[in-house]
Amino acid sequence: MDRADRLDPSLNPKLDPSLAAEVSRLRWQCRRGMLELDLLLNRFLDAGFVELDPAGRTDFVRFLGYQDQIIHDWLMGRAVPADAPLRRLVVRIQQAMRA
Amino acid sequence: MTIPHRKFDALIIGAGGAGLNAALRLASADLRVAVVSKVFPTRSHTVAAQGGVNAALANVFPDDWHWHMFDTVKGSDYLGDQDAIEYMCREAIPTVYELEHAGVPFSRLDDGTIYQRAFGGQSQNFGGDQAARTCAAADRTGHAILHTLYQQNVRARTHFFDEFFAIDLIRDEEGAVLGALVLEIETGATLVIEAKATLIATGGYGQVFRTTTNAFINTGDGMAMALRAGVPLMDMEFYQFHPTGVAGKGMLITEGARGEGGYLINGDGERFMERYAPRALDLASRDVVARSMVTEIREGRGCGPNKDHVMLKLDHLGAEVVHHRLPGITDICRVFLGIDPAKAPIPVFPTAHYAMGGIPTDRFARVVAPARHGPEEVVPGLYAAGECACVSVHGANRLGGNSLLDILVFGRAAGTDILQYVAENPNHRPLREADLEPAVTRLARWERKGEGETVAAVKADLRKLMEDHCGVFRDDDTMAVGVEKLKALRERVEHARLKDQSPTFNTARIEALELDNLVDVGMATLMSAHARQESRGAHSRIDHPARDDERWMKHSLYSRDGDRMDFKPVRTKPLTVESFPPKARVY
Ligand SMILES: Cc1cc2nc3c(=O)[nH]c(=O)nc-3n(C[C@H](O)[C@H](O)[C@H](O)COP(=O)(O)OP(=O)(O)OC[C@H]3O[C@@H](n4cnc5c(N)ncnc54)[C@H](O)[C@@H]3O)c2cc1C
Repeated sequence: MDRADRLDPSLNPKLDPSLAAEVSRLRWQCRRGMLELDLLLNRFLDAGFVELDPAGRTDFVRFLGYQDQIIHDWLMGRAVPADAPLRRLVVRIQQAMRA
Repeated sequence: MTIPHRKFDALIIGAGGAGLNAALRLASADLRVAVVSKVFPTRSHTVAAQGGVNAALANVFPDDWHWHMFDTVKGSDYLGDQDAIEYMCREAIPTVYELEHAGVPFSRLDDGTIYQRAFGGQSQNFGGDQAARTCAAADRTGHAILHTLYQQNVRARTHFFDEFFAIDLIRDEEGAVLGALVLEIETGATLVIEAKATLIATGGYGQVFRTTTNAFINTGDGMAMALRAGVPLMDMEFYQFHPTGVAGKGMLITEGARGEGGYLINGDGERFMERYAPRALDLASRDVVARSMVTEIREGRGCGPNKDHVMLKLDHLGAEVVHHRLPGITDICRVFLGIDPAKAPIPVFPTAHYAMGGIPTDRFARVVAPARHGPEEVVPGLYAAGECACVSVHGANRLGGNSLLDILVFGRAAGTDILQYVAENPNHRPLREADLEPAVTRLARWERKGEGETVAAVKADLRKLMEDHCGVFRDDDTMAVGVEKLKALRERVEHARLKDQSPTFNTARIEALELDNLVDVGMATLMSAHARQESRGAHSRIDHPARDDERWMKHSLYSRDGDRMDFKPVRTKPLTVESFPPKARVY
């Protein structure tokens, strides 16, 4: 099963349905105005999101609420978020891209 | 099932620069305006534009809108319509000042005026010295423009339908456009938005190619809606590619990398541009570099396990040069490839960037299509502006900084004309249930159950097909085979199925609807490219290497009905000045 299929409830009966619903909701929030963000955020949603604890998932939702240009600067390493949970998230998203 | 209806004076589909500038004009005049956007407005693709917007302000060097016009006509390889180009270049100046007053934080010169940078293709005095015409807000011009326009629209009480997906236009028996059927992505509920005038401002369609700089949302939805409503698409063969995108990803590696001394190598480690352009080498024109790269790959000299890219070498320049002069490239390589470009070469492939073609309009942004009385009859109630439209100001090739200008000028022009149209047509035309049927049927198609291919599989094949058969390497054989393959792929879409039928946040369903659109715009592109037997601007053919004004100085029109090709003349007469006759395009 590839990564995306693991997040598809019709293919993976072990997936918690509420988590699956959360992932589909966030999938659209990961559609952004810049290709770089599409690639990074979608990869993370497939590869890293389900491994986050509930607090981490809440942070990710908060992260997605920021403007494209700000998220872009964070993920490309041109700026650093002020709070520690978002800084940790930036590192995880970057790691997922290269995994 | 009865679908709820909402009524507005104007419906705008798309909340990028074009849609928002039109909406602002209308809402400021107290019209009831609905803006539908499939993503939150400030996530529209306009946010990605970094370079800037052109206007002959003459803040750095002497400049004149007439010189800007000359450069644009020449850049278009004489396929642009000169009335529209004159209008755009004149309007550029008040447009930029209007943005400045609205609060866009343009970069400044010491004397407080707007800073302007020099871009390729800009000249003083009709082809003389370099001009500096591009106004930028640091490296985030698109972001600044989009946010400013959005805030102003909120203030003007524009009604936003965020995360609503437009499915199709609604036309009555007489061909007038009555609005659109839309779908709320969160709930899956449908809604009919009735409007006296409808503007399509849905942006580009780079996602039809496997390697593109465009975000995932750029799927040509509005163009395909126009096609399905019986409007042809114009000049779709003209698509701008950049030679160096990150292979398999698409992001642009700017020409600056080769300007600093970077060069391309093939799988044998050979600096192959020496064979194709012995003098200009890696700085030869974009189409020459891009075609040389693809020729190397086609002939089996690519790099990597699949031999499907070439390499851009920068490591001989030293860390100091690479990291300090090319910081953007360094970041992209680090984040996406996990490499340091000062130490390892970058895998690259030509990347699809900008659509010159689109929905045919006149300079008032009214959609025009061939009908009983000629090739340019206005479709009542329908407008288009921005990258999805073809006015045509870019002709066969767009100049850097002219597309932000296009979206702003013609977005505003659409607003102005809609004001008048709504004043003259103050009532909604009656909408019958039967007018909704085509749109409802298309949506229902994806509810069919049973076995079938996945949308993702068909989409991946489509994008590869377009790259192989209608990318930078174009000749008769390659494209004829491509057309046949695409017709077969179109059949496969009919048999594809959605596994996930849940109504809420069903991204898979949206992706299926987008696939329908990509196939339609893909066919328009491929058929138009196959038809045009010459090389002009971004369309370069190996079997017809020269421009042929006698046979081909005309616009192409592709209609979905019967996959038909048609043509119409270029408008060579400007509004007030002499026309620029075609000349060889040398820089
Ligand atoms: C990386 C990059 C850099 C660029 N840099 C420059 C530059 O420096 N200067 C320049 O002049 N040009 C530049 N361009 C080109 C320019 O950015 C675009 O041509 C322009 O922003 C397009 O604007 P638009 O308003 O037409 O559409 P977009 O900004 O793409 O907006 C389209 C809108 O339509 C909506 N939409 C689409 N389909 C649907 C649907 N089915 N239902 C509902 N809503 C829908 C979207 O949600 C969005 O709101 C660049 C392009 C790229 C890719």
